[in-house]
Amino acid sequence: MKNKHVNAVVVGAGAGGGVVAKELAVAGLSVVLFERGGWVTYDAHNDDELLSQRTHPFKAPFGPDNERHRRVFVGQDGSERIVLPNDYAFNNNAACVGSGTVSYGAMAWRFMEKDFLMKSSYGHVEGSTLEDWPITYEDLEPSYEKAEWEIGVSGDHDGNPFQAPRKKPYPMPAFQYNREGQMLYDTAKRMGLHPFPIPMLRNSVPYNGRPACYRMRTCVGFACPVNAKCGTHNTVIPTALSSGNCELRINCQVAEILVNDQGRATGVKYFDEKDKGRVQTADLIVVAAAAVETARLLLNSRSRLFPNGAGNNNDWVGRNLQGHAYTGASGIFEQDVYDDVGPGACWAISDYNHDNEGIVGGGLLCNSFFTPPYAFTRQRPPGAKRWGLDHKEFQRKNYKKLVSVRGPWQEIPNYEARVTVDPSVKDHWGIPVARMSGERHPYDRIGCQFMSDRAEEILKEAGAIKTWQGVGGRGLSGGQHQSGTARMGNDPKTSVTDKYGRVHDFDNLFVADGSLHVTNGGYNPALTILALGYHVGGFIAENWNGGTFSTGQS
Amino acid sequence: MEIQRRTFIRSLCYACGAITFVPACTTRLKRWRYLIEEEADLIEAVAEQFIPSDKDPGATEACVVNFFDKQLTGYYTHHQETYREGLKSIQRSAAKAYGKSFREMTRNEQNTFLEQMEIGELPGEFWEHTDQRVFFNMMLDHTMQAFYGSPRHGGNCNYVSYKMLKIDYPHIIGQNRYGEQKSSVKPKNKVL
Repeated sequence: MKNKHVNAVVVGAGAGGGVVAKELAVAGLSVVLFERGGWVTYDAHNDDELLSQRTHPFKAPFGPDNERHRRVFVGQDGSERIVLPNDYAFNNNAACVGSGTVSYGAMAWRFMEKDFLMKSSYGHVEGSTLEDWPITYEDLEPSYEKAEWEIGVSGDHDGNPFQAPRKKPYPMPAFQYNREGQMLYDTAKRMGLHPFPIPMLRNSVPYNGRPACYRMRTCVGFACPVNAKCGTHNTVIPTALSSGNCELRINCQVAEILVNDQGRATGVKYFDEKDKGRVQTADLIVVAAAAVETARLLLNSRSRLFPNGAGNNNDWVGRNLQGHAYTGASGIFEQDVYDDVGPGACWAISDYNHDNEGIVGGGLLCNSFFTPPYAFTRQRPPGAKRWGLDHKEFQRKNYKKLVSVRGPWQEIPNYEARVTVDPSVKDHWGIPVARMSGERHPYDRIGCQFMSDRAEEILKEAGAIKTWQGVGGRGLSGGQHQSGTARMGNDPKTSVTDKYGRVHDFDNLFVADGSLHVTNGGYNPALTILALGYHVGGFIAENWNGGTFSTGQS
Repeated sequence: MEIQRRTFIRSLCYACGAITFVPACTTRLKRWRYLIEEEADLIEAVAEQFIPSDKDPGATEACVVNFFDKQLTGYYTHHQETYREGLKSIQRSAAKAYGKSFREMTRNEQNTFLEQMEIGELPGEFWEHTDQRVFFNMMLDHTMQAFYGSPRHGGNCNYVSYKMLKIDYPHIIGQNRYGEQKSSVKPKNKVL
């Protein structure tokens, strides 16, 4: 049976897509929201470290599945291999309703003003594609505020003196520090730094009809058993559905955006839950499949006017793939610092995000989420024996005495870190798969070393009896913080979309996820992606004229 | 009254559910899904070197070998061949170097043997099909998963590793610990 024509198709029910679907549906547009995965519940993923979205030796429990999905990873030596979703080189993002917002650690960071103005602030970095965003923090501020109130954030309104100006307080109070956080708070104060509780997309008090967090140790990597973690799956997507204007189509894999000979997007081709190829036509399309899959979908959508993929006439789709190089240090203390008050991460400083002498950019530093026992087997100083009595003694002695201070380094984007589509490898549905190649800009290594030095100083001051660094910044980036592959810009020759996320040369094709990020901030990107959902969705809803979508471009 | 098929299946499900609710294992299995007895013994001996028994139980008491057998017909079915061949290569290497099986070697000999394997220094003649370092890392990684993972996957019998690390087991869910939090210095305002 042929699908009924709708006003809008949104591809991907994660952070960006969930918000856009809701913005459009409540504005009165008929929406079909596609999701390649399904609904997940807490019960299926019962605190099992081997089935967590963070450590996934068996499979990625929140998807995508190993049976139908694959990618090609090109190593630094040029070697190619096919990787499955539970392989780290796959760089997966959860495939389920809510995507990463179901199982994430839920840090709720606004980027700083300079994060939108990296090139103006630091100048050109040789070999990079460092650039300013076409929008400023002020442009995005109202969207950040909507995200904080509609999805739900707990935080201290003026805890961070370095934060960009905020108009409205957080809807919920900040979480209290656990023992480790308290120790680091005291330490940072002594050092003249400016510690504050991490803002979290997690209820500190009952909010939005859902209960408060009870601070279990297993949080990141899992769904919340009491539904206190806030994602699009338990906020905006239910709102979209209850508006009566949005249909959520789960377990559907979108294969291609259909573009007619006049260069207008007319709908999508997809495979339904029974693998049957189908078409959904719409007045406008919003792609929000996360940086790797968004690029893949655009590149797989070839048409007369866009023979190299939708929006790719200038070869920028899939370029500038970024994520975050995690970098920092670990320390062992004499006394127990672990007090089982989850999820672990609660303390942060923003002292090193910008204005570091001689350094381009920076990043936040915070304490880590609790490391479960198997993952802890890899938390070792360099050169430590991995097995035998030494291994066992280290586990037993230090499980509650080890603190890691780490953070996401703001990567310097480059043109060759990229997503293309593989010429021969196909997925279960016969769709060409994403092929990932390139590596981080060499500057990232320098920045990571700087951040690791800062982290180690803090641990030493806190009284750690042994410290060591874990310095990131090598290899190809991506991961759950993947971004940058459809960057926004005012110049169509050096970007993929305009400042509203509309793909250049299109009137009715949009992107609304981390792919838009010109640079990725020194912060976890979830709140920014949610905010971009409001930014793009709001623009479409405002300009919706009740019929065929047109804003007079092209 | 005749039992309806559906009713029967449902009660069967309840019965199975109840079984999986208790710790998944308490002893080494008597019958194997994939392994043969000799392979199971060898895995157990290697794993015991990786996580030896001392004042706390080691790999043998945690029944990690159950994990290997279960996962080689589960998530790690694709590693079956690697294990079958790799375990043979360990035995052949041991026979050549020590004139006896790995299990018959002393603990010191086993330790030395594994240290050599870790850096790829066992004689190469028995390792043509699979790289000894790759197989070493695979066995080590799977042993850690078995020992520290959830008992539902076969290892960590009786939660021995959780007891050793002094974390609660099974994990307590639904406990609200707000009232118990203590903190000497409270971060500024608006904090619970």
